[in-house]
Amino acid sequence: MKKSIILLLLLFVGISVNSQILVRGTVKDNKGKPIKLASITLIDTYDGATSDSLGKFSFKTYDKGEYAISASLIGYRTQTIKILLEKDTAVANFILKDDITELDAVTITAGSFEANDKKRATVLNPLDIVTTAGAGADISSALQTLPGAQRVGEQEGLFIRGGSAEESKIIIDGAVVNNFFFSSVPGIQQRGRFSPFLFSSTAFSTGGYSALYGQALSAVLNLESIDIPDASEVQFGISPIFTNAGFQKVAKSKKASFGMSYSYTNLELYMKLIPQGPDFFRPPTSHNLDANFRMKTFKNGMVKVYGYLNTSRLGLKNNSFDSVGLYNQFKLNNVNCFVNVSWRQPLGKGWKLFAVTSYSDNVDNIRGEVQDKDYNRLPITGIAALDNKSFDIDANKSMLQFRTVVEKKIKGLNAIRFGGETWRNEDRSNFKFYYANFKTFVPETYSAGFVESDIFISKKLAFRPGLRYEYSALTQKANIAPRGSISYLLAKPTQISFDYGIFYQTPDRKYLTQQSNFDFTRADHYILTFQHFTKDYTFRAQVFDKEYKSLLKTDSTNQFAVSTDGYGYARGIEIFWRDKKTIKGLDYWISYSYLDTKRNYLNFPIYAQPNFAANHTGSVVIKKFWSKKMFGINWSYNWATGRPYYNPNKPSEQYLSDRTKFYSTNNFSFNWITKVMKSNAVFVVGINNVFNQKQVFGYTYSSRIKDDAGLFLKQAVGPPASMGFFIGLFMSWGVDRTQQSINNNL
Amino acid sequence: MKKGLILMFVLITGMLSAQEMSKYEAGMTKALAKMKTDSTIADYTATSALFERIGDAEKDKWLPYYYAAYTNYMTGWMDEKADKDKIAEKSIQLIEKAEALDPKNAELFCMRNMVAVQQMMVDPSSRWMSYGRKASKALEQAKDVDPNNPRIYYLEAQSTFNTPEAFGGGKKAAKPKFEKAVEMYAAFKLPSTLHPDWGKEEATKMLEECNK
Repeated sequence: MKKSIILLLLLFVGISVNSQILVRGTVKDNKGKPIKLASITLIDTYDGATSDSLGKFSFKTYDKGEYAISASLIGYRTQTIKILLEKDTAVANFILKDDITELDAVTITAGSFEANDKKRATVLNPLDIVTTAGAGADISSALQTLPGAQRVGEQEGLFIRGGSAEESKIIIDGAVVNNFFFSSVPGIQQRGRFSPFLFSSTAFSTGGYSALYGQALSAVLNLESIDIPDASEVQFGISPIFTNAGFQKVAKSKKASFGMSYSYTNLELYMKLIPQGPDFFRPPTSHNLDANFRMKTFKNGMVKVYGYLNTSRLGLKNNSFDSVGLYNQFKLNNVNCFVNVSWRQPLGKGWKLFAVTSYSDNVDNIRGEVQDKDYNRLPITGIAALDNKSFDIDANKSMLQFRTVVEKKIKGLNAIRFGGETWRNEDRSNFKFYYANFKTFVPETYSAGFVESDIFISKKLAFRPGLRYEYSALTQKANIAPRGSISYLLAKPTQISFDYGIFYQTPDRKYLTQQSNFDFTRADHYILTFQHFTKDYTFRAQVFDKEYKSLLKTDSTNQFAVSTDGYGYARGIEIFWRDKKTIKGLDYWISYSYLDTKRNYLNFPIYAQPNFAANHTGSVVIKKFWSKKMFGINWSYNWATGRPYYNPNKPSEQYLSDRTKFYSTNNFSFNWITKVMKSNAVFVVGINNVFNQKQVFGYTYSSRIKDDAGLFLKQAVGPPASMGFFIGLFMSWGVDRTQQSINNNL
Repeated sequence: MKKGLILMFVLITGMLSAQEMSKYEAGMTKALAKMKTDSTIADYTATSALFERIGDAEKDKWLPYYYAAYTNYMTGWMDEKADKDKIAEKSIQLIEKAEALDPKNAELFCMRNMVAVQQMMVDPSSRWMSYGRKASKALEQAKDVDPNNPRIYYLEAQSTFNTPEAFGGGKKAAKPKFEKAVEMYAAFKLPSTLHPDWGKEEATKMLEECNK
C-alpha cells in the first residue's frame, strides 16, 4: 500500500516537474531589422517574454500541444502564429508590419504651419500671439513674424509671398469671414476683429493648401474656435483705451456652455496723451458685443454658435496736399455682424461630418471731404483733383454660406474627404460725388465641390491628391483645380514634402460693377519644404514658386475690369527656427523670407514689383518668463528692405522703381500675473517701436502742387504715431487662465 | 489503509486546489515582486508584458491590466526622451481592457489621471487645457466611485504641490492635502494583498518635504 501511495505521489510530482520546453525566436520588421521590447505571449498562458535589442527572445513553458503565440508592440500590427510544443525547443519567428499611427507617421502639411493640440508641431498658439511684443494681441500682426508674410504697415490684411491682401482668405470653423478686419482707413492699418482667445488652433498655409478650400490665390488662415471651456468664469478688463466685461457659464454636466461679453473702446484719452499725425477730430470708438453657445451632441459631437455685433466710428483730418490751407477729412461709421453655426459630428465606423453655416453683414458709411480753413465742405471748384476728394459712400456687403464636409477614415491614417459649399454674396454701394452718382449691386452665388484623400503608402511616404470644382454665377465661369501633396519622412522628426496646386479666384467684385463675365484669376504653386519638428525645436525651410497665370487688369483711369490678361510670379526662400529649450524659460523664434516677385495687374503700365512686396523680410521674437516671480518680458525685432512706391514724377517705364528706406522696429512688452481682488489678474504693458525708429511705408504725392524743381510734392506715409503704448489689466474670476502662463514655462 | 487513503485524498485535493488557487495568485505575487526590483525601461517593459499576459490568460481580472498599465506608465518617466504619447497610447489600451471588466473603479480612474498628466507634460503650454482637464475629471470620477481611496488624495496633493504658490499651489497649500492623504492611507484597508498599495511612503515623504 505504502508503495502505491509513493507511486501515486511520484506520479503527481512527476507531472509537476515535467520537463520544460524552451521557446525561442526573433522579432523583426519587414525590412529585416530587429525589433526590441516587443511582447511575446503564449496565448492563454502566463508564459512569454520581451525581445532584446537583437530582436531575440526565449522563455520556458510547461505547456504542451498546439498553441497560438503572438508578438505585439505599439506601432506595429500584432502577429499571431501557431506553434507546436512537444520537443525540447520550439522556434517562433515574427515579422511585424507597421501599424501606421499619427504619432510616428509622416505628416501631410499642405504648406501649412499648424498649431493645435493634437499635433506636437505647435508653432503659434493663442498665448504665443498675445505674448508677441508689438502684435498687440492681434492675430494677423503675430502671423507677420512668421516667414512668408509681408509687413505692410499702411494697410490691413495678410500679404503672402508677393500676393495682395485679397489673395488670402481667413476661415473660422470652416466658414470664410468676409470682414475679418475693421473697415479700411486710408494709410492706417486696422486690426482684426477677433480675440486670439476665441481660437484653440490656427493653421496658416502660405501656399499649396488643401482642395477643401478655394478662392484664394495665395494663402488660407484656418482658425478653429474653442470647445466648451473648463469652468465658469467672469472676466473684466480695463485700460485707458477700452473696458470689457464678460462671463462664461458652463453647465454642471460640462456638456454645454454659454457666454457673452461686451467691450467699449475709445481712443480719445490715448490720442490726447500720445500725439497723432492726423487730427482725429472724432477719435475711434466702438461698441462690441459677442455671445457664444456650445453644446456636446452624441458620440462627442459638438455644436457651436458664435455671434458678433460691432459698431465703430472715427473721423480724421489731414492737411490737404493738393491746395494750401485746405483739409482732407475722412469719416467712417461701420456696423458689422457675424454669426457662425458649426457642427462637428462623428457618425461611427470612421465617418465624420462637419457642417457650418454663417452669415455676415457689413455696412460702411464713408464721407470724404475737402474742407476750407473753417472746416466747411469746399463747394465745387472745377478742379477734379479737389472735387473728387469730396464724396459719400454707403456700402453694404452681406454673405451667407453653407458648407458640408464628410470624412471617412479608412484603415490607419488613410482617409477620404469630400463635400461642397455655396456662398451668396451681395455687394451694394452708392457712391456720390460732385460729378456723378454711381449705384451698384453685384450679387454672386459661388458653389464648389471637392474631394481629397490621404494615402499612406508607409510610415514614411504619404500622398494627398485633391480636386476642386468651382462655379461662379456672376462670371458664369467654372473651373477644376487639382491639388497635390507628397510627404516623405527622412528620419523622425525630419521630413521633406512637395506641394502643388492650381488655385483659382473670382476677380475682386469691386472691379466687376460694369462688366462681369471675366474668367477666374489663377496661380499655380510649387513648394518644396524641409522641416524638423520636435516639441522643443522647430526648423523649417521652404523654396517656392508661384506662377500667376492670370490676374485682373483694369482700365488705367477707371476702376473697372477690362481683362484677366494680367500675369506675374513670386519665388523665394523662407527659413524659420524656433527654440523653446536651450535656455530655461526662454522661447525665441527667428524667421527670414527672401522674395522675388513681379506682376502686371490692375492698372500697372509695366511688369513691376508691387508695392506690397519687400525682397527681404525678417523677425526675431523673444519671450522670457520667470515662473517664480510670475512675470515675463517679450521683445520683437522686425525688419524689411524697402518696398516699391509709386512716383508720378517718373515716366511710366520706371513705374514702382523707387524703394522706401529700410524698415526696422523693436517692440517690448511686459506681463505680470498676480491676484487682484481675488481674481487671477494679468497686468500688461507694451511699447511699440521702443527706439522711435522712423518708419516709412511709402509716399503720397500731390496731384497738383509742384516744388521748385517742377516735381510733384511728396509726403511720407508712416504710422499715425511713431511709438505706441499699451497698458491694461485683465481680471478673471473662476477659471485660472493664468495657468497657461505657468504651464507654458514648466 | 483508511489513513493512507485519507492522506492521499488530502494530498491530492490539497495539491490540486493549491495549484488552482495559486496559479493566479502565485503568478501575480511573482510579477509584483519583480516589479518592486525593476529599475530599467527594459525591466518595466518586460513586467508590463508579463502582467498583460496574465490578464489575457485570466480574462476576468482587472488587476493584471492595472499593473500592466502602471508599469508601462513608469517607463514614460525613466527617459527624458521617451515618447510619452506612444507610451500613453499603450497605457490607455491596457486601462481600457481593465475598464471593460470593471468600469467603475477608482484605481483605474487614478491611473487615467496619471496618464493624462504624463501626456500633458509633452507640451504643457498647448496641452494643459485638454489633458489638464482630462486629469482632473478622472480624479473627480474616482472620488465619485470610492471617496475613501487614498491615492486620489495623494495625486491631488501632488498636483497642488507642483502648482506655483501664486495660484493656490506650493508647499503650504499642499501640506493639508498630504496630511489628508496620509490619514486616508492609514484608514485604508487593502482588499487583498494583490491590490495596489503604493503611495503611502511617498505621501509621508512629501509631507515631510512640506514641513521643511
